Amino acid sequence: MTEDISTRDDRVEPRDDAPPTTRKDLDGDRELIGRAVTINRPAAELYAYFRDFANLASFMENVERVDVIDARRSHWVVKAPGGKTVEWDATVTDEVENESITWQSDDGADVPNSGRVTFKDAGARGTIVTATIAYDPPGGTIGRIIAKMFQREPAIQARRDLRRFKQLMETGEVATAAWTRKQHEEEMA
Amino acid sequence: MRALAWHGKHDVRVDTVDDPEIINPRDCIIKVTATAICGSDLHLYDGYIPTMQAGDVLGHEFMGEVVEVGAKSTLKKGQKVVVPFTIACGSCYHCGKHQYSACDNGLPADNQDIAQELYGQPMSGLFGYSHMTGGYAGGQAEYVRVPFSDVGPIVIPNGVEDEKVLFLSDILPTGWQAAENAGIEPGDTVAVWGCGPVGLFSVQSAFLMGAERVIAIDHFPHRLELARKFGAETINFEQTETYEALMEMTGGIGPDAVIDAVGLEAHGFFVDNVIDQIKASTFLGTDRTHSIRQAIIACRKGGRVSMPAVYGGFVDKFPLGAFMEKGLTLKTGQTHVQHYMPALLNAIMDGKIDTTFLISHRMALEDAPKGYKMFHDNQNEVTKVVLKPDFAAA
Repeated sequence: MTEDISTRDDRVEPRDDAPPTTRKDLDGDRELIGRAVTINRPAAELYAYFRDFANLASFMENVERVDVIDARRSHWVVKAPGGKTVEWDATVTDEVENESITWQSDDGADVPNSGRVTFKDAGARGTIVTATIAYDPPGGTIGRIIAKMFQREPAIQARRDLRRFKQLMETGEVATAAWTRKQHEEEMA
Repeated sequence: MRALAWHGKHDVRVDTVDDPEIINPRDCIIKVTATAICGSDLHLYDGYIPTMQAGDVLGHEFMGEVVEVGAKSTLKKGQKVVVPFTIACGSCYHCGKHQYSACDNGLPADNQDIAQELYGQPMSGLFGYSHMTGGYAGGQAEYVRVPFSDVGPIVIPNGVEDEKVLFLSDILPTGWQAAENAGIEPGDTVAVWGCGPVGLFSVQSAFLMGAERVIAIDHFPHRLELARKFGAETINFEQTETYEALMEMTGGIGPDAVIDAVGLEAHGFFVDNVIDQIKASTFLGTDRTHSIRQAIIACRKGGRVSMPAVYGGFVDKFPLGAFMEKGLTLKTGQTHVQHYMPALLNAIMDGKIDTTFLISHRMALEDAPKGYKMFHDNQNEVTKVVLKPDFAAA
């Protein structure tokens, strides 16, 4: 069972003004990852796109799809090694319109996880979007495989996903160097 | 289609590869009518640039006819366009400030990691120039997929010869930006290191911006001769001690502005910077690697340093003391091509800038490997090779 992410920051004794997700030399196993990106669009527009979880697969590489069940609950299908997928249900535990969305996986998830994304107005530069993901290392065979996948530079994965979100919101498309549709499909697989 | 592909050091071949297709809504496909080999392509050829993969299609100076458009492209089939070598979105904060080569979104997300680690923040994408700059297939090909075609390519009026406008893609704006970065004031003396295409366009641009004298520095007699044609005085650094000559020619003051247009030839991206460091540490280093150092030492007190030359890694023995004590200003960067294209197209059409003087060789795309070898082996006479896909192979 993962803790609610909104209480998590308090555990870290502040040493300076850097966000608690910033790499610090005292860290051991990192299970809390976060990234910020500035997107040249209004917060309300970004919030609205993100809040419709069905949109997440358009920029999150590991997410195959998210089905929206109701206003708070969603079903996540996430890519796993060997062409397999893992699935779980998640619930939005807190949201402030145009400012933040916090969600948490329901009991029994293969990879118990929670996430929060915040949208902060940055004036002429647009909006600072910060995503924070926390997960508990899972048990069992499949759990170990999934953990490995999640632990494969999770901070890099988060950064890449946020870049794709930025590209989609600012330019209307996700940049690719593929020059045939076949290459593009292989990239997306 | 046929395309010039990199296979390794000194191994480029014209291969048959898949035709490009529209993938994103803002894309267009162009049928290439003219493309050039850039001096910086020689560093791919020499195997200096990391993150190259066998089969990568080269070329970042190209133009052609629009043959297909995506739903959000503003171009029309049949239009003739010149394509900027920098791939920029036109929508991000930096593009909004016309800093197109600093575009946030030109590089695919996964390709941004290398530059992020190396430079702190990733830059725009580039055509045909390794995977670190996006892995985009380049223009030395029959067809190219051009992303963000609604903001990048410039439409050329009917009836204008390709050769007059081709260099809008890179080297003309690069030479112009170099002169602009030198902050030229009327009456200035400007010294330009390197009389390759960028240096020669810097010479022309500096005069147009009001420089009274331009001093061009190189060791290839033919290239110095071209600089002289545009009114520059010349220094052949193989015959003359450059610093001493500059001081004497400026009455002991030094040039008001200096432009280093040597770049990769001398310094290289990573590998030859490392070699430079090894050479320096073992006392094998040569003065030839020192254009930026020499420019800083020669520049007058309070003067301006412009560096269009491409540097990728770390430079040894940068004269930081001289730079600080003399109160110099340095401006540099990849070219914001999209920003300069419209005004420079007008300057070409008005006859203010001559571009075609540069072209020494015209060849079929099929003969591109020969073109690379010639350019590599004889930089005195081969100033620019233009490849034309519809030329018959020699």
